[in-house]
Amino acid sequence: MPYKRSPMESPEPSPEQLAGQPPVRAPISPATAFTRSTLPSPTEADALIRAQTGDHQAFAQLYSLHKRRIYSLCLRMVGNTAEAEDLTQEAFLQLHRKIGTFRGDSAFSTWLHRLAINVVLMHLRKKGLSVISLDESMDPAPDERPSRSFGSPDPALSGAIDRLALERAIDNLPAGYRLIFVLHDIEGYEHNEIASMLDCSIGNTKSQLHKARLKLRDALRTNPRQEARR
Amino acid sequence: MTEDANNMSCAMFQAQLPELIGSSEDIAAHPHLQSCELCRALLADMETIAEAARRLFPIEEPPETLWDQIDLAIRNEESVSDQG
Repeated sequence: MPYKRSPMESPEPSPEQLAGQPPVRAPISPATAFTRSTLPSPTEADALIRAQTGDHQAFAQLYSLHKRRIYSLCLRMVGNTAEAEDLTQEAFLQLHRKIGTFRGDSAFSTWLHRLAINVVLMHLRKKGLSVISLDESMDPAPDERPSRSFGSPDPALSGAIDRLALERAIDNLPAGYRLIFVLHDIEGYEHNEIASMLDCSIGNTKSQLHKARLKLRDALRTNPRQEARR
Repeated sequence: MTEDANNMSCAMFQAQLPELIGSSEDIAAHPHLQSCELCRALLADMETIAEAARRLFPIEEPPETLWDQIDLAIRNEESVSDQG
């Protein structure tokens, strides 16, 4: 496989690299869609079995395979690196405690993400944000829902979107919308995988993603420069 | 088409949009978009936001030291468990 490791990379390649694929990005256009295999690579499957018997080295290997996606999920959900590191640590500690209960009913990555998502939501609840459960986070209060787009001549977004403005707008999304947006548009998971992680329907994830993008559009159109300065 | 009818048409189209975006259909060829600038702009904005998210937020690498902290915490838990 034509894969060169940079000095900063961990000893183990990511699942995408093992599968010979670039890091996955979620498509909005069907023309660019492709499906990532949810089957564990031989490396992961072997490490998983050994980690379930208490093999420390195998657990480190699982960490190495999944750390980027779990850390990125935490980082995008809480918006700062210190909290993201704490949450990543807590997610992998819980993984270590519970790995013996994994029975392969879903892909390991899906199972691990579900665990990490619960860690993040619990953290947000402790911070006093309006997240009680995943179900509630998926159904924000009426004033948090996006405005309707028909009936008025809306100004379109101008070409390039500023990173800071988008970051701020994502931070201000209700947690449920933010979660779906991060999983799909940033982490690159497909709707069926997200539905499995969140134990909801594919139609629900599509609807929530659309509402998240509408909310972001509202925020970015309002005053992108002011958003970026805040 | 009256303004009301046009609004209704947009409402119906936008209600279908989450499913259309997530399907393999060619949305750009949808009949409603051929005559509705408002919904064309909306779809373009949705694509711009999704593209910006992919481009501006790469998957991040946690610091190298994080594993050391996790490993230490695991060993501490195991040590407490062994003593118990």
